[in-house]
Amino acid sequence: MRGEGLEIRTPEGVPFSIPLAGLGARMMALGVDLLAIVAAVSVGMQALRAFEQLAPDAIGGVATLLYFGTSTAYGMVLEIWWNGQTLGKRLLGLRVMDGRARPATAVQMVVRNLLRPVDALPAAYLVGAGACWWTRHRQRLGDLAAGTVVVRTGETIRADWSQLGRERYNSLREHPGLAARLRQRTGGDLAGIALEAVLRREELTAEARVAVFGALAGRLRGLVEFPAEAVEGLSDEQYVRRAVEVLYTAPR
Amino acid sequence: MILDLERFVREGEPRWQELEALLTRLERHATAQPEVVELERLHALYQRTSADLLRVRGLPTEGRLRGYLESLVSRGYTAIHGVTERQRGSWFAWFWRDFPQAVRRRPGELLLVLALFWGGAAAGAGLLVTRFSEREMLFPFDGLAVRPSQRVQQEMEDRGRQVGERTGRFSAQLIQNNTRVAFFTFALGMTYGVGPTVLLLANGAYVGAVAADYVLDGQTMFLLGWLLPHGVIELPAIFLAGQAAFLLTGALLPRGRRAPVEERLRDVFPDTLAILGGVAVMLGWAGVVEAFFSQYHEPVIPYAVKIAFGVGELGGLVAFLRWAGRDAG
Repeated sequence: MRGEGLEIRTPEGVPFSIPLAGLGARMMALGVDLLAIVAAVSVGMQALRAFEQLAPDAIGGVATLLYFGTSTAYGMVLEIWWNGQTLGKRLLGLRVMDGRARPATAVQMVVRNLLRPVDALPAAYLVGAGACWWTRHRQRLGDLAAGTVVVRTGETIRADWSQLGRERYNSLREHPGLAARLRQRTGGDLAGIALEAVLRREELTAEARVAVFGALAGRLRGLVEFPAEAVEGLSDEQYVRRAVEVLYTAPR
Repeated sequence: MILDLERFVREGEPRWQELEALLTRLERHATAQPEVVELERLHALYQRTSADLLRVRGLPTEGRLRGYLESLVSRGYTAIHGVTERQRGSWFAWFWRDFPQAVRRRPGELLLVLALFWGGAAAGAGLLVTRFSEREMLFPFDGLAVRPSQRVQQEMEDRGRQVGERTGRFSAQLIQNNTRVAFFTFALGMTYGVGPTVLLLANGAYVGAVAADYVLDGQTMFLLGWLLPHGVIELPAIFLAGQAAFLLTGALLPRGRRAPVEERLRDVFPDTLAILGGVAVMLGWAGVVEAFFSQYHEPVIPYAVKIAFGVGELGGLVAFLRWAGRDAG
């Protein structure tokens, strides 16, 4: 039942998915937030100590309310102010959103934070963690009630598409008929995997690189047999790169 | 050919990067109102990128291009469809109008809370009267450990000295504890009403038992003078927190309605939050009164004054909840 992402279809009919935050990341963000609360209260207490001699009882009362107010309002205020993020969520690349992938409203932020005590039951957020584990969109009870989800925002990762740059000379293109057959016979999955391998080859270890390109070259060679002069002296990796270029770029 | 990916990326990348930069700028300043020109450009770029995503989705490309475009489209979708008019209102209007109106709009939940609490109180008082010899075992609370007449004697001799040196701290602790309990009561609404029911019955039983103990010991005046000044605000505040909790419970239960639970919850949130805001203010007042007024007994403050003060507060509260904000509709 648990999904990896929040599936949305825009009014224009474009489907997309937003990755949901995992339990570990959320717990770490919570830990950062607790530290931030303790730090903020400590700073406030230090400031209050300067006036303690003047009115010790009043300062004691203010200190009590400072701690209570900070710990209660921290999540609500920061999530409203920072568009669904607290300090912990910002550091961990998480964000609270409406369940329809829209920004959560102030009311939703307040509600999900007010219901935190139930999620914290019986100790250490066991109820909340259990709810996150079981629910489809990894929601704690506060999220379920408020209609919010916590998603991963992280930096948008762009692939280095320059790696797809054309080879100066592609011997496979010398045989347009066979190249067309290769495009025709290569299934979508195999083409996608080969492209992924080419774009990510620098991330592979030497052994993995040899193994991956060996396997892919074997599959691609089996689909179309190019003349010996077109593939002579090509390593498996070179063969796959040229095949991917044939599959994904137009002839000049 | 599957797709001329190299050309597709070469042509699309400048607008994707422009969209990314625009989104980053808008997300960093979420509270600022964007310029119309910016929104128009955002919309145009978003639509072009959506079209690019559609084109890529149907084709066997590597995952990162699709992931990249999906992340741009999702951020664009959020930015465009999330533009909502920010509600503006004054604190005064909220307290004077929204809060009492919300309380009046949901009488059923409030009646349920009153029935549970006073039912518990009656049961507690009844148990204490019928099984008086077992009172300490039935109600293992500090409040029942000392006989009321002894407590009254101690308080009269103390003349408020014990609490006098730490009224500020005591008041803050009371506000903190009571507000925490009120918010917890509300949150327990998520337990389909089981949590607030148990809490209200148990608290009612405790209050009923303590009250019966004082009355049986002939300390009714002390009891009223002690509890009324802060209790007439504190107890209704807990009742209202219970009302908010049962609003939440009511939204969770379908009760023949076709609207999905998310919609039912969204419907009750404005009222629950208006009520809880009012509860916080009430408990702030009750905490100050309890620390600075309720803890001083005769001969420092005559019981009649304390009782009159409490009755006046109660009348004011009832009038406020009954009539405040009526003109606003």
